[in-house]
Amino acid sequence: MTDAAEAVVETSGLTKRFRGGQVAVDSLELSVPRGSVFGFLGPNGSGKTTTIRMLLGLIEPSGGTARLLGEPMPRAARQVLPQVGALIEGPALYGFLSGRDNLLRYDAADPTADPRTRSTRVSEALERVGLAAAGSKKAKAYSLGMKQRLGLASALLQPRQLLILDEPTNGLDPQGMREIRTLVRELADDGITVFLSSHLLDEIEQVCSHTAVMSRGKLITQGTVAEMSAGARGRLAVTTPDTAEAMPVLKEHGVTDVTVSGDRVTGEMPATDPPDLADLNAALVRADVRVRAFGVERASLEDVFVALTGEGFDVAG
Amino acid sequence: MSRADTAPSAASAGKPEASVAAGPVAAGPAGPAAAARAPGSPLRELLRPLGLFRSELVTTFRRWRTLALLLVLMAVPVLVGIAVKIETSDGGSVGGGEGDGPAFIAQVTNNGLFLVFTSLAVTLPFFLPMTVGMIAGDSIAGEAAGGTLRYLLVAPAGRTRLLLAKYATTVVFCVAATLAVALSALAVGALLFPVGEVTLLSGTPVSFGEGLLRTLLIALAVAASLLGLAALGLFVSTMTNSGVTAMAATVGLLITVQIVDTIPQLHAVHPYLFPHYWLSFGDLLRDPVYWDPLLKNLGLQALYVAVFGSAAWARLTNKDITA
Ligand SMILES: Nc1ncnc2c1ncn2[C@@H]1O[C@H](COP(=O)(O)OP(=O)(O)OP(=O)(O)O)[C@@H](O)[C@H]1O
Ligand SMILES: [Mg+2]
Repeated sequence: MTDAAEAVVETSGLTKRFRGGQVAVDSLELSVPRGSVFGFLGPNGSGKTTTIRMLLGLIEPSGGTARLLGEPMPRAARQVLPQVGALIEGPALYGFLSGRDNLLRYDAADPTADPRTRSTRVSEALERVGLAAAGSKKAKAYSLGMKQRLGLASALLQPRQLLILDEPTNGLDPQGMREIRTLVRELADDGITVFLSSHLLDEIEQVCSHTAVMSRGKLITQGTVAEMSAGARGRLAVTTPDTAEAMPVLKEHGVTDVTVSGDRVTGEMPATDPPDLADLNAALVRADVRVRAFGVERASLEDVFVALTGEGFDVAG
Repeated sequence: MSRADTAPSAASAGKPEASVAAGPVAAGPAGPAAAARAPGSPLRELLRPLGLFRSELVTTFRRWRTLALLLVLMAVPVLVGIAVKIETSDGGSVGGGEGDGPAFIAQVTNNGLFLVFTSLAVTLPFFLPMTVGMIAGDSIAGEAAGGTLRYLLVAPAGRTRLLLAKYATTVVFCVAATLAVALSALAVGALLFPVGEVTLLSGTPVSFGEGLLRTLLIALAVAASLLGLAALGLFVSTMTNSGVTAMAATVGLLITVQIVDTIPQLHAVHPYLFPHYWLSFGDLLRDPVYWDPLLKNLGLQALYVAVFGSAAWARLTNKDITA
């Protein structure tokens, strides 16, 4: 079952049509390689959480299949899920129980968990997310970030092969976010596959090896983060007080879409046969353009994301 | 049924261990116990699925709300006992005559044990089943409302196992609620009134010991009377994602059915209403015991458990958990 080359999450034609006819997830072909840190991106309402719920057997697909750790879901839920830790659409806790008792309860719900080591497991999980001191506090008195941490602790109760984290850094303070990033890297180093959805793209860029982008229920692209960023060409940016003189020089050298804003001139480098940057700079100087700064700005994942999913702010209905 | 079903069975014991050992993290620092899933003795393996039931029990009975319900139930016998004591302190009799007030109340001044029967007769039509309706109604819907249902299911608790644990806990609550009334009544009765030899409804005197034994049987009969409602509440609970809605719907159903049970024109359906034979517990105070209504009650409760238990199972195992 644990063939290293095999995908840890694999869906084929996975579709969810909610009652009322709305297609939340449309023929999804997703493949998450073992050992990867996989960033699952998409605007609000694009179907990420719905996909995650189907993967975990919480909702029945209307079509297609999902395999988790090589086993079909939801049929093999009982064998597979003890090896999968999950955070789905934020943590959910029993407010009237302490943080520790919450974890004890979730641990007791796993029939494969040994009751004799339950208490140790819970203590270590609390330790791991930095809640050891607050473990005896009632969960209703937790702050948003503390709840999020407790949710993560419940995902880390057992040694897992796969972690599915839906917006794990939601509500965390900067230190908390850093810790989660470090934690995700540590887990990945241990060979655990981490599948995480997030809206924080620089975060995805920092921790993820692979990524996929959803929009309106459809998968637009998936691949390694490096491939994604490379796919979008960077923009040339020149900072100069002589913007008017700079524009014709750049156009002469094949730079397209030249725009000026303030003392910055930016443009697209030609895709085929781009000019040498040094020559371009020399040409600017020869034309008496006083250059303050010059260079190609690498496209961020955010640029790629917006290019793929569109600028609009409104959520698709 | 279409979903992975996680009912407890001995066959489940071996498989997850094997696959974890093959996984990459068995020795990793993520292992809060590499022995977390080490197989124990076969008996332990069989009992392990009971962990959820135990957790469910602890969670329910540590909840302030549950304790408040039990306290309210315990207060009823105190009120009834004091009322009877005050009314009879001038030597008069309760209600001023025969046939008035709740069953058995006239005998309370002679024997404190009758306060138990009076209190059960007073609480059984509404108070007692209302508390059961609240616990049963909240069981699944409350977890859905809090979002904890999804985490229990990915733990993976298993839908069938969760439903069984929820129902078993509600059954324990039925017993606990009945005992809360009975024990409180027994204490108050012994405190305020004389206790001793019991005269049964058929006029036969029996020893106090046998009286206590019959009281215990009555408490069990009352608790069993609530099982049908508990199953109904569980089913309602699988139908909604709001604990309050499910509680209100179950209690509303209870009231409706109680009203229907009193409308003579609808007598054709009466034998099928779950509260119809509830007061049959009094027949345990006859010599010989008049078993017929008692057995009819048990049969009816079993029918409700079978029908609504299956419906709840069918609903929960096919439900999309979107909360
Ligand atoms: N229970 C439901 N019934 C009907 N439609 C639903 C239900 N749950 C989600 N949807 C719809 O499915 C679509 C996808 O929702 P989903 O929660 O998967 O989005 P998401 O990608 O997780 O968004 P976000 O980034 O805001 O978390 C949305 O259009 C939503 O309205
Ligand atoms: Mg979401």
